[in-house]
Amino acid sequence: MLAVVDYDTGNIRNLMKALDYVGFKSMLTANPADILAADGVILPGVGAFAKAMEELERRQLVETLRQVADKQTPLLGICLGMQLLFESSNEFGKHAGLGILPGTVEEIPVTAGIKVPEMGWNQNMLQSKQNVFQSVANQYTYFVHSYYANCSRDIVVAGLEYGTFIPSIVKQKKIVGMQFHPEKSGAVGLELLTEFKRMVQDYVATRN
Amino acid sequence: MLAKRIIPCLDVDNGRVKKGVKFVDLKDVGDPVAIAKAYQEQGADELVFLDITATNQNRETMTNVIERVSAQIFMPLTVGGGIRSVADINNMLLAGADKVSLNSAAVANPKLIQQGAEKFGRQCIVVAIDTRWNQKTNQYDVMVNGGRKNTGLDALEWARRVQQLGAGELLITSMDADGTKIGFDLRLYQQMDQQVSIPVIASGGCGQVSDFSALFEQTNVDAALAASVFHYGELTIEQVKHQLTLQGVAVR
Repeated sequence: MLAVVDYDTGNIRNLMKALDYVGFKSMLTANPADILAADGVILPGVGAFAKAMEELERRQLVETLRQVADKQTPLLGICLGMQLLFESSNEFGKHAGLGILPGTVEEIPVTAGIKVPEMGWNQNMLQSKQNVFQSVANQYTYFVHSYYANCSRDIVVAGLEYGTFIPSIVKQKKIVGMQFHPEKSGAVGLELLTEFKRMVQDYVATRN
Repeated sequence: MLAKRIIPCLDVDNGRVKKGVKFVDLKDVGDPVAIAKAYQEQGADELVFLDITATNQNRETMTNVIERVSAQIFMPLTVGGGIRSVADINNMLLAGADKVSLNSAAVANPKLIQQGAEKFGRQCIVVAIDTRWNQKTNQYDVMVNGGRKNTGLDALEWARRVQQLGAGELLITSMDADGTKIGFDLRLYQQMDQQVSIPVIASGGCGQVSDFSALFEQTNVDAALAASVFHYGELTIEQVKHQLTLQGVAVR
């Protein structure tokens, strides 16, 4: 069973619908025990970084998510959920994140021709020879964000230039982040969710 | 490069798509899910659903349409028509909409833009502006109530104001161009670009592929919305995107 973390940040019904569509059995939960027992975890998120961390703290999920990462359960952060995986963010002052991935979250610099938030379909360039999420190569996915992860290229699977270099998929061992919304990115997005589903299935198979 | 978006607009009346949609290969040409799927296959980047009757009773039907479409169509969905309160916005988002479009209600109650943006984020608040050039006063007037009522507001000023209030995107329809098929009102969008920094969707006037090329070459708009040219099969989204690609415009 996949646990989708429920912490009152943004509309996640569409993510649940996409998971249903690709046959990925999931439950929406804020219960630490359920999340720790899950075969895989998705951390969604829309909105502001500090507020989201507050909501996670209030539900005592900060430590839970760190434990999920420590035991290498597949964990996927989407959009703000990806940003929360990093050490800190500069959104409205400096705020600590979950610190599961190395790096910080910064505002997209406004330069000529660059509108912030970045909203719409942008093209992903593969950055890594890791044999994962390769179906994203040269494909457009749907982005809505004003901040991005400033992190080592070692963990970047794909990215794009938008005022600066924006990692669109990051991965370190079984921890994955997607800056775009796979649930809104058509066939490509569904394929990427399916690939995460396979990661979870592999994890279950090796664990047993 | 962020791709320029091509957005078909579907008029929904009592749960069915109206305006004579004529897809050749569809069995049921009024079913929103079937039509949304056909557009998805053509390469639509987003879909806009307009509730054209927008009575209270019909709004429930509309949430049902959005529930059904969002279970099978995975691209951004915008819903407009008759959304007057934060509760209305919430209902549409819960049903599966990603954005709502506010038009007359935003003029009547500008606070709704702010409340919506604060509660749900700017990215899901689209303000739709229907506008007509007024030769007497030399301004673009803001029209409401389906274009029947002139507010006397200057569309460029109104656009700047709604951006300040928290709109995340603008859908600007030129009523002068709408239905004429003589091309988009390029001057309107050039002027709009001087006023706002949020994404702008242009609507009204397209009749042929070259109208889309002209729009994206001569203005900075982010997206083009069209209804009848796509519904009647006069153009396909593929054709439009093919031509734009040849001209070096980034499309998905």
